[in-house]
Amino acid sequence: MEEFINSGILELYIFGVTTEEENKEVQEMAARHEEVKAEILSIEKAIVNLSYSVSPHLSPDVYHRIRKELIEKHSEEPGVIQLQPRRSSGVSGYIGWAAAIVLLFGLGIQYYMYEGETGKVQSANKQRDKFEQMVAAIEKENNIHKEKLDLIRDKNNVAVPLAGQEVAPNAYAKMYVNNAKKEIYVDIAGLPEAPQGKEYQVWALMLDPLTPTSIGVLTKEQIAENKGIIKVDNFDGVQAFGITLEPVGGSASPTMEQLYTLGKV
Amino acid sequence: MTQEELLEQIYKKDSNAFTALYDMYSKSLYGVIFNLLKNKEESEDVLQEVFVKIWKNIDSYNESKGRFFTWILNIARNSTIDRLRSKDHNKNLKNLSVDNFVHILDHNATVVNKIDAIGIREFVKKLKPTCVRIIELLFFKGYTQQEASDELAMPLGTVKTQNRNCINDLRTILEV
Repeated sequence: MEEFINSGILELYIFGVTTEEENKEVQEMAARHEEVKAEILSIEKAIVNLSYSVSPHLSPDVYHRIRKELIEKHSEEPGVIQLQPRRSSGVSGYIGWAAAIVLLFGLGIQYYMYEGETGKVQSANKQRDKFEQMVAAIEKENNIHKEKLDLIRDKNNVAVPLAGQEVAPNAYAKMYVNNAKKEIYVDIAGLPEAPQGKEYQVWALMLDPLTPTSIGVLTKEQIAENKGIIKVDNFDGVQAFGITLEPVGGSASPTMEQLYTLGKV
Repeated sequence: MTQEELLEQIYKKDSNAFTALYDMYSKSLYGVIFNLLKNKEESEDVLQEVFVKIWKNIDSYNESKGRFFTWILNIARNSTIDRLRSKDHNKNLKNLSVDNFVHILDHNATVVNKIDAIGIREFVKKLKPTCVRIIELLFFKGYTQQEASDELAMPLGTVKTQNRNCINDLRTILEV
């Protein structure tokens, strides 16, 4: 029996290329041996699959065409084939596949869109953070300005304008002396930016005799931080102010050639 | 559904029998027909012809004639060969012989077909050239052992056992 199976006759039987005698032989063997029967089914399955796999796409239209043809011309008993909506799996098999593909595509698109949206949300979040930081910075600036404005507007202030001197005739500055709070501020918005390696130094002056006392060296950081309105040391009874350009760190006494502004209280 | 259940439906003239029949075998028959004709529209025509023949002659089929699949396979091959012999086709006959079913796998990569064939496809392409030739002749073209033996210049017995080995390879992959 083993030999019979291995001879290859069963394959040819399925292929339909055996003689009638051979067919009889196979059928007799199949009737007697379950193994032969099972082998036949397996071979047939493989062959059905093989031919199925080489089939190009078969349009559902073909099904409907053949069905119609059978009903119109070849149905001896009307009603043997009834025209009714198709329920079983042939075309719906394709539709199933198509649906699966569409679903896959759909999932793909969903995922893609989800990714895209996630990206958008992330960049929107980033943008929002940026704006929040900007707002915070602006608020901070605004507070500083408000603070400075309050200082300048204080009714107890005595404003002392300092006029530009020889080295810088167009320069100007203003001192605000608040005797109530015992605070002095300098507004240097009218001074050119100090060159590299130099800083402005503010002097309180007593006039008779002319005695300069340093009340502050204005570093670049201070100027930037305070928007050009910087608190300097208080000096009771000050009579005049002068601002000179000095080497970084300031000098013990003012360099008169570098006197930028000067003004009497 | 098994072939036996299908046949029961057909004999009972069940109204869904045609649909079941079509579902089970249309693609396989179309594959065989297309492999010979290499033309989709013409193959659809022949497929229609085949189903009409099956339907008209179903009462003449009985199991003593062989497997039902074999019976309809023979109808499909014979109808196709008739078509090939017809006037319109003679001019194309020569260049058809070059192709075999493996080429068809390469040339009909529609999406749906690709999915259907995807498992078997890669394997079929790996079949030994001898296997491709033997299966092409015996199964797809319905050559007799003798004809195949002549065509392949291979002893008669060898054709049969070689074919079995090839189908065994196929079954291993398909797990049937």
